[in-house]
Amino acid sequence: MPPILQGLFTILVGVTGCVAYFWLSNLLLDRVICPPHGPHAGRNITRANLIRPWLFLFPALVVLGLYLAYPVVGSFVRSLHDRSGTEFIGLGNYADLIASGGFRVAVRNNILWLLVVPAAATAFGLLAAQLTDRLSWGNVAKSLIFMPMAISFVGASLIWRFVYDNSFDIGLINAVRGAFGAERAIDVIQIPFWNNFFIMFIMVWIQTGFAMVILSAALRGIPEETVEAAIMDGASPTQIFFRIKVPQIMGTIVVVWTTITFLVLKVFDIVYTMTGGNFGTHILPSYMMSFMFRDDGRATAVAFVIMILVLPVMIWNIRQARREMR
Amino acid sequence: MHSIAGRKSGLQWAVHLSVVALVLLWLIPTLGLLVSSVRDRDQIAETGWWLAPLPVEMTFRIRAAPDDARASGDGFVIAGNVLDDPAQARWFPDGAGTVTAFGTRGAAPTEHAPGDTAELRTGGTLSVARDGAFTITAPDALTRPVSIFFEARVPPRVTLDNYATVLTSDGMDRAFLNTLTVAVPATVIPILIAAFAAYALAWMDFRGRGVLIAAVVGLLVVPLQLALVPLLNLHNAVGIGQSFLGIWLAHTGFGMPLAIYLLRNYMVGLPRDIIESARVDGATDFQIFTRIILPLSFPALAAFAIFQFLWVWNDLLVAKVFLPSGSDAQVMTVKIADDLIGSRGGDWGILAAAAFVSIAVPLVVFFTLQRYLVRGLLAGSVK
Repeated sequence: MPPILQGLFTILVGVTGCVAYFWLSNLLLDRVICPPHGPHAGRNITRANLIRPWLFLFPALVVLGLYLAYPVVGSFVRSLHDRSGTEFIGLGNYADLIASGGFRVAVRNNILWLLVVPAAATAFGLLAAQLTDRLSWGNVAKSLIFMPMAISFVGASLIWRFVYDNSFDIGLINAVRGAFGAERAIDVIQIPFWNNFFIMFIMVWIQTGFAMVILSAALRGIPEETVEAAIMDGASPTQIFFRIKVPQIMGTIVVVWTTITFLVLKVFDIVYTMTGGNFGTHILPSYMMSFMFRDDGRATAVAFVIMILVLPVMIWNIRQARREMR
Repeated sequence: MHSIAGRKSGLQWAVHLSVVALVLLWLIPTLGLLVSSVRDRDQIAETGWWLAPLPVEMTFRIRAAPDDARASGDGFVIAGNVLDDPAQARWFPDGAGTVTAFGTRGAAPTEHAPGDTAELRTGGTLSVARDGAFTITAPDALTRPVSIFFEARVPPRVTLDNYATVLTSDGMDRAFLNTLTVAVPATVIPILIAAFAAYALAWMDFRGRGVLIAAVVGLLVVPLQLALVPLLNLHNAVGIGQSFLGIWLAHTGFGMPLAIYLLRNYMVGLPRDIIESARVDGATDFQIFTRIILPLSFPALAAFAIFQFLWVWNDLLVAKVFLPSGSDAQVMTVKIADDLIGSRGGDWGILAAAAFVSIAVPLVVFFTLQRYLVRGLLAGSVK
């Protein structure tokens, strides 16, 4: 069966299966197990209402449990075993990681990414949101800045490999350098340490649109009176922006910042496509993939290090969500 | 900008200019690749894409065959036109063109001006005129072909050859179908499962609801990397292995927290009156869900569908792990990152065309459905 037919078949089976499950299980509950009539009608209705939420939740819980909750435990257990997965070696994989130079470079780069990318993307996004706000062609400008969001990380990396190309006639960076009299083309991707920033910029380029869209909505939500009052008091536009507007949308800025932070901890595509981790550019997600299919013990250990990095923000996130529920 | 008397116009100009600069910075890289994807491969190597509309001076090499030589006086002569050579015919459709320089050696292909007479190393002379006509004279019979190098100004050539090449010989057509095959079921199925769960978490009262919502928020940020090894092992153990079924299941799982979170946030905001009056009228939860909640939640469903579709279409990580690595099942991102960049490293015409084949569908989805996408983003992060 060609894959495309297999796909259609799966959609059909998946959708009808889901619908049939929900419909039949509800029917079963209402007609057979707890019918809302007969001698125990009242008790049956209460019971049905106790059971029904779990009927609705069941498939989602199975999927969540199997594909997200179990792997957290599964990965941790696997990371305590050696390459073949048979011998328990305790924290051996972690000790090896800490001793290896490659891991330390990946951690250093990852910290740089975490410091630079969310900050830069949020700053650019805020700038773009504020500047396009009252512009007649602001929506067109926003669309164009937002566009990289639709492009895959691989596609974006290709676009920027082209800009960074090591030739005066292909790479824009070198063409500009050439116009200012540079004699030899350079490969910015091979400059030690600074190449990381050229790769990070790709992520900033992609995420700025996301930050801009959300911050622009937040800016629109600021009460007019506060801005008007500031103008009356003679505040300059810069003062209005930094003293009046930014403090009022601080909550949204934090949300944007953390969302991009999580993304930075997952994205291996850009480093993989740009350098494959060469020239000292590995970050933890790409470093993990360099062990995938070769040494599962090491790979899961790196993955668990990423999990530990995410953990504080995850807990903070859950707290926020619980506070809102109350 | 807010009007501040006297300074308004200057400030407005500054704003316009900075937005123009920002938009250009964001647009130019993509534009460059798009332009390159429709340029001729040989022209890409000669001049930058920013010079694409201008004629390109290109150097060519042809060989004058010794068989064409005829005796003349006390030697031999080959006459012809360099522009007529079949190898370069596509550049000079009617044999028309202008030779700007010629040479006899590969090391100095533009040594002589058109009309000059150059000495051949083997003895004899070569001259090439501006219109391409050349004459080779030789004292003795020629045994080997004579190489002629020349430079000619060629008009820019816009072509879809690069697209034809990636779609046929490089196998992007197959990769495109594979991506489509992965993306559609992986978008449709999670929506359905998540919608029911989101309804239960939004409108049904039961013990443990708060804990479940907190768990979903927590799972939202579990790094994908953690799931790869245990799930691949699980898939191998139950016989799914690396397959389309495996990647559909994986994407369903990984998209689930966001789906539930987005849909629940939206459903909670629906007016309570409608749902309560339906309950009073005797509607069951199942009916309320299918007849009222689902239609009203269309914007949120659309927003999530767009997210998930873009995410799955653009994904590299999950495809690398959960699909077999052979070219039968390769999706476009894997094809580009693993195959084309390696084998076609410097061939920017091909790489550019491949990139645009892979981002065409997301761009169309993005520009036509942007409204829903923005709404979904806002529902997810601004409350």
